[in-house]
Amino acid sequence: MRPMAQIAMVMNLGKCIGCHTCSVTCKQAWTNRRGMEYVWFNNVETRPGQGCPRQYEDQEKWRGGWELNRRGSLRLKAGGRLHKLAGIFSNPRLPEIKDYYEPWTYDYRNLTDAPLGDDYPVARPVSSITGKPMKIEWSSNWDDNLAGAPAYGDLDPMVERLREQASDKVRFSYEQTFMFYLPRICEHCLNPACVASCPSGAMYKRAEDGIVLVDQDHCRGWRMCVTGCPYKKVYFNHATGKAEKCTLCYPRLEVGLPTVCSETCVGRLRYLGVVLYDADEVTAAASVRDEKDLYQAQLGVFLDPEDAGVRTACERAGIPYDWIEAARRSPVHALISRYRVALPLHPEYRTMPMVWYIPPLSPVVDALSESGHDGEDAANLFGAIDTLRIPLEYLAEMFTAGDTAPVRASLEKLAAMRSHMRALNIGEEPDTSVAAAVGMAPQEIESMYRLLAVAKYEDRYVIPTAAVGDARRLEESALPEGCSLEYDGGPGMGGDGPFGQDSGRRSLPLVSVENFHGLRRRQTSDDPADAEEI
Amino acid sequence: MTTLLWGALPYIAFALLVAGLVWRYRYDKYGWTTRSSQVYESRLLNIASPVFHYGILFVLAGHLIGLFVPMSWTEAIGVDEHTYHLFSLYGGTTAGALAVAGIGLLVFRRRTRAPVFRATTANDKAMYVLLLGAIVLGMTAKLSHASGNGYNYRETIAPWARSLFTLRPKTHLMADVPVLFQVHAVIGMVLIAFVPYSRLVHMFSAPLQYLFRPYVVYRRRDPRQLGPRPERRGWERLGG
Repeated sequence: MRPMAQIAMVMNLGKCIGCHTCSVTCKQAWTNRRGMEYVWFNNVETRPGQGCPRQYEDQEKWRGGWELNRRGSLRLKAGGRLHKLAGIFSNPRLPEIKDYYEPWTYDYRNLTDAPLGDDYPVARPVSSITGKPMKIEWSSNWDDNLAGAPAYGDLDPMVERLREQASDKVRFSYEQTFMFYLPRICEHCLNPACVASCPSGAMYKRAEDGIVLVDQDHCRGWRMCVTGCPYKKVYFNHATGKAEKCTLCYPRLEVGLPTVCSETCVGRLRYLGVVLYDADEVTAAASVRDEKDLYQAQLGVFLDPEDAGVRTACERAGIPYDWIEAARRSPVHALISRYRVALPLHPEYRTMPMVWYIPPLSPVVDALSESGHDGEDAANLFGAIDTLRIPLEYLAEMFTAGDTAPVRASLEKLAAMRSHMRALNIGEEPDTSVAAAVGMAPQEIESMYRLLAVAKYEDRYVIPTAAVGDARRLEESALPEGCSLEYDGGPGMGGDGPFGQDSGRRSLPLVSVENFHGLRRRQTSDDPADAEEI
Repeated sequence: MTTLLWGALPYIAFALLVAGLVWRYRYDKYGWTTRSSQVYESRLLNIASPVFHYGILFVLAGHLIGLFVPMSWTEAIGVDEHTYHLFSLYGGTTAGALAVAGIGLLVFRRRTRAPVFRATTANDKAMYVLLLGAIVLGMTAKLSHASGNGYNYRETIAPWARSLFTLRPKTHLMADVPVLFQVHAVIGMVLIAFVPYSRLVHMFSAPLQYLFRPYVVYRRRDPRQLGPRPERRGWERLGG
């Protein structure tokens, strides 16, 4: 056993209202630079829909992720090592910027500088790529809220697959359609295909927290990672010629703060916490023959932090005590392994993703009430799950490689929670058979309710700092010595290096980071001395 | 002049190459990349780039054989001058034609595809002039001396090139070489000196280690280095 720790995320899709706040704050924090205009480390897709880049889930086209060869062992779908080196001079499976969308700005100057004339001056869209006027025809959220669903809906690769099995389940006519939102970041996989694809060895998985990063000093721009990632969450910065990706906001996590997307999530639907897993088991689990067994196989890789044997092994492997304790309190571990309501996104890519999703329970209560049933009655709810507006089969294509049983089990638990909590709220004696029907104790349902519905900040984010002893040093080292505008290369000082923009040595953007726990102590302690204590 | 071109220039070019690589590696790792433009335009690149790169690799192999395998060696294994000339003429011309076709299409693409042209720096343009010049002049020199046994550079240019390594360059050997070959050699040396200061530097990061490493790379944080790295002494910050 080789235990490792991973910071993972769970998103509760039933609460996502598709407001894109996470995308916007992430963009402001990380990708509002030249060369990254088209890049969204976090994006929110309306489902059904094509996603961004368009149809990225069609792996027959993009060749992302892993597959099994004839002998049953893993190989990269885009080709092995020799194949990659032989084809290194071009990458036929690389999405072009147009597969994402052509970024643009507006010619605002024309509004003030236009000569006097009969017509009002307008700000025409100008392409950020060519610098020429352009016609806006697509963007990262062009099909948001099913815009153009009758025309675009069938281009969703999941819909295409579903049509082959149950054609009557997916309709795009206005009264019969369905939708939900899927926020996506990098999955920080246990078996990352992007890392395996990088010829330079510049991409790596951090041993301490499992975050997958690109070493900007060693990336040589071979672009194989973009193809390797089946989620298309590694992007090519066309100004610097290097790959960039979601960093899970590691500078924030290291000091105990949640990621920007989590912190700003209006629906408070994101959970961050530590998951312990056995690194020796990953390859075997990713090589399970039947795609539908991959979800169970990945559950088998996770270690139970309540097990004393596991904790001893973790300590021996050098995982710090506060990380093991954080794993015991981890909301992510609870939702994935204890309650089993969270499911992985596209386990069939065999990358062992670590951002999991609680499937959305459609507005089933209203639908039942309208048809004259008691919408909150457990028996009615369970029966209705098979006829939900969002077809189970569609969710299963996304989360369990097409196996509807785990999706139904998850939705039944959510339905049971509704029924149980309603009884408590109106002062009835809860029917214990409801909890029993989904294999949970009433106390378990109540604590799941606290995590999902009350969702307190400190319950959602249980983040151990990089190292408690170093926390203070980190806090200090992240602060710039002087004002960053005082010297060359600071933000806003601009300038091009000798080999194009951003070449040459440049200091990283300096950010001041407030230690979350330090701040809270300062705000809540009565005595200044307490507040200073680390 | 002979001493300057054939006695000094090779060493200057080599010194600039090594110094440039060291400087680039120490101070501009971030700028060390292929600067691929494939995200702008993929269709032409998918044809042109492999054609050019494989062509230029064969050209490189041909130069290594021609310059550093002495005539006595090939004669010892029974390859006479005429056979060698034919091998060198057809092999070299095929490789050269591939490289020319590839770079021609690449330049065409760079000029006609607006996003690609917009991303082209002055440095890139100088690089293209040098590279095209070296390839085209090399082809011209070779093909204009194609008849009979051709020009036997293995009695003049090759021994001179080998003598560079002994630090006693036989510059007199180069004095009577046809002028096209001379110009090609000079441009070639300038190109070698220019490599580390241009995007061509990516040739030194051919990722052969990929064949031997495990697929998934794990790295630990350096416990002595939390937070951002300190600025290394360089010459960018002098004004600040």
